Amino acid sequence: MVQEKKSLLKVNNLQKYFTTPQGIVKAVDDVSFAVAPGETLGLVGESGSGKTTAAFTIIGAYQPTDGSIYFQNKQISGKKRSRELKRNIQIVFQDPGSSLNPRQSVRQILTMPLKLHNVVPAAEIGNKIQELLELVELPRDFIHKHPLELGEGEKQSVAIARALSVNPSLIVLDEPTSALDVSMQAKIIKLLGNLQQEFNVAYIFITHDLSLMRNVASRVAIMYLGRICEIARAADFFQQPLHPYTRMLISSVPVVSEEEEALKPPHYTSQGEIPSPVNMPTGCGFHPRCPEKLDICDRQIPESLAIDNNRQVFCHLYRKDQEQKIADSTLRQE
Amino acid sequence: MNSKKTEISADYKKKNWLRRKETLQRAWYKFSANILSVVGLIIVIAVILLAVFAPWVAPHPDHAGAVVDFTATMQSPGAGNLMGTDGVGRDLLSRIIFGFRFSLMMGLVVIGLAAPPGIILGLIAGYYQGTKIDTAIMRFADIFLAVPPLILAMSITSVLSPNIFNAMLAVTLMWWPWYTRLVYGLASSLQNEYFVQSAEVMGASTPHILFKEILPNCISAIFTKITLDMGFVIIIGASLSFVGLGAQPPTPDLGTMVADGAKYMPDQWWLTIFPALAIVFVVLGFNLLGDGLRDVLAVEEV
Ligand SMILES: Nc1ncnc2c1ncn2[C@@H]1O[C@H](COP(=O)(O)OP(=O)(O)OP(=O)(O)O)[C@@H](O)[C@H]1O
Ligand SMILES: [Mg+2]
Repeated sequence: MVQEKKSLLKVNNLQKYFTTPQGIVKAVDDVSFAVAPGETLGLVGESGSGKTTAAFTIIGAYQPTDGSIYFQNKQISGKKRSRELKRNIQIVFQDPGSSLNPRQSVRQILTMPLKLHNVVPAAEIGNKIQELLELVELPRDFIHKHPLELGEGEKQSVAIARALSVNPSLIVLDEPTSALDVSMQAKIIKLLGNLQQEFNVAYIFITHDLSLMRNVASRVAIMYLGRICEIARAADFFQQPLHPYTRMLISSVPVVSEEEEALKPPHYTSQGEIPSPVNMPTGCGFHPRCPEKLDICDRQIPESLAIDNNRQVFCHLYRKDQEQKIADSTLRQE
Repeated sequence: MNSKKTEISADYKKKNWLRRKETLQRAWYKFSANILSVVGLIIVIAVILLAVFAPWVAPHPDHAGAVVDFTATMQSPGAGNLMGTDGVGRDLLSRIIFGFRFSLMMGLVVIGLAAPPGIILGLIAGYYQGTKIDTAIMRFADIFLAVPPLILAMSITSVLSPNIFNAMLAVTLMWWPWYTRLVYGLASSLQNEYFVQSAEVMGASTPHILFKEILPNCISAIFTKITLDMGFVIIIGASLSFVGLGAQPPTPDLGTMVADGAKYMPDQWWLTIFPALAIVFVVLGFNLLGDGLRDVLAVEEV
């Protein structure tokens, strides 16, 4: 593939299983994707689909059960990570309240990474912190504040400043805006976009909110019960979702225009609840809820099917012998 | 340019100081809402002042030692000696004031020795929760907790020689695991917090995570416990002295004084009652203060 050479991060057949008293939880199962330098990959899924687990495995907080992670073409999973690597991959957590130490000032919070990775000479740390605060659009005198004095959005901005402080090539954003109100959310997303432009940093943007992806991600990967069901360019994806699950998701996204409404697949409604990850359905994880279930779906896990260079779908509906169906549905859409 | 920068920085410092002052004022407001806490604070301050300035405030500072004055033995409390005198004519009030000094020293030494290793072990065990390190440290602490404190202290002081140093050693040995337990509980939940994970992902060293990220979040609980423990350690020290395993005469120890006085009950009641009241006074003071701190600091956490 063309993409392979210039990818920053490449995840191959990643698995992360947890052993719990109830049984083995396959939180992440056979997940593969790549992230190019400076791009944003959206990782979307409902609660419990394994997004955070995938993120923690990528940043090295979890060791994968199986599979490999390549960063800048070097295999990095299952080994102790170098200091340089730890600098190069950063994370912004879901809960801004817990991601800043309540006993430290903003100065202390930002000094640690700057010192640890010798970003600037010791004498210039104070200035550098104020620069960082300016970058994330906080007043310079926030350097003296403590997290308890900050609003949720301001905390998240400090967390972003911390991630950015060491000039990483990749930041994993784990639902960075889910704790924020709508206007704050818009502000943070705009800020993240500006920072990406300025520093050419790649994002893995994790969210359960598909509508966010439209403005944020260049490519989108949809997860369901630990597996990916579809990866596509955001534009293609919103134009024509392929997997029944993603169609279901998109049909529940509020739309702006009439044209968009017309594009929506007809009457896609969810049936039933998400199965428990301990008691996984056989075959395709989505088959109990799928309105287009085939006989094979509860017997065989669907393989990746490349629709084109930028698009994969994991669904039996699109197997080779059903390529006709794609052609048909494309025709219908146009 | 440069002067402007220092100007700004001075302004920040002032703001920062104001913020601290505000926090303190808020804390004091909450603390003083409970009259018992304030009483505790006053008692503790009074005891500390008496202990520190004992040589100057005691009417007969020399009576702290082995002084004999046969002209004034067993005098009941009165104008000359507010709390009376003992069998060798020493002023009881002076001995009690020096007794405070002794009790505080005992408390400070024991906690000063027990808390740091206890805290460090608790931090390590909590941070490595669920691993072999955790199990090893916590089971080791459990062994000490399983031994009844007074019995351990008694066996140590009787195997070695019964003196104040060995008594403190004994109390220290049975005290550190309480700090390990306390900090373990806090650290094991703090290690799941994102700010700890963030430091790990960033590549921060384990000592940094233990002492800069986790420990500061345990300090208020530790501080409260130290205050409460001062009372308990003083009681245990006094108990050991009471049974003759702690301070030896002529050291002015409150427990020893109670024990010596007991022989003269009920006729020379002051020899027992006043030192016993003094113990109650100190212990009560630390307990009330500790409870007050706990309430204030618990609210501050939220
Ligand atoms: N440490 C763990 N031990 C056991 N099971 C876990 C652990 N972490 C996650 N899981 C399980 O793995 C599954 C995926 O969890 P994960 O947190 O990755 O989901 P998520 O997509 O991030 O969900 P959310 O939107 O709620 O954050 C869940 O069923 C969860 O219960
Ligand atoms: Mg999550």
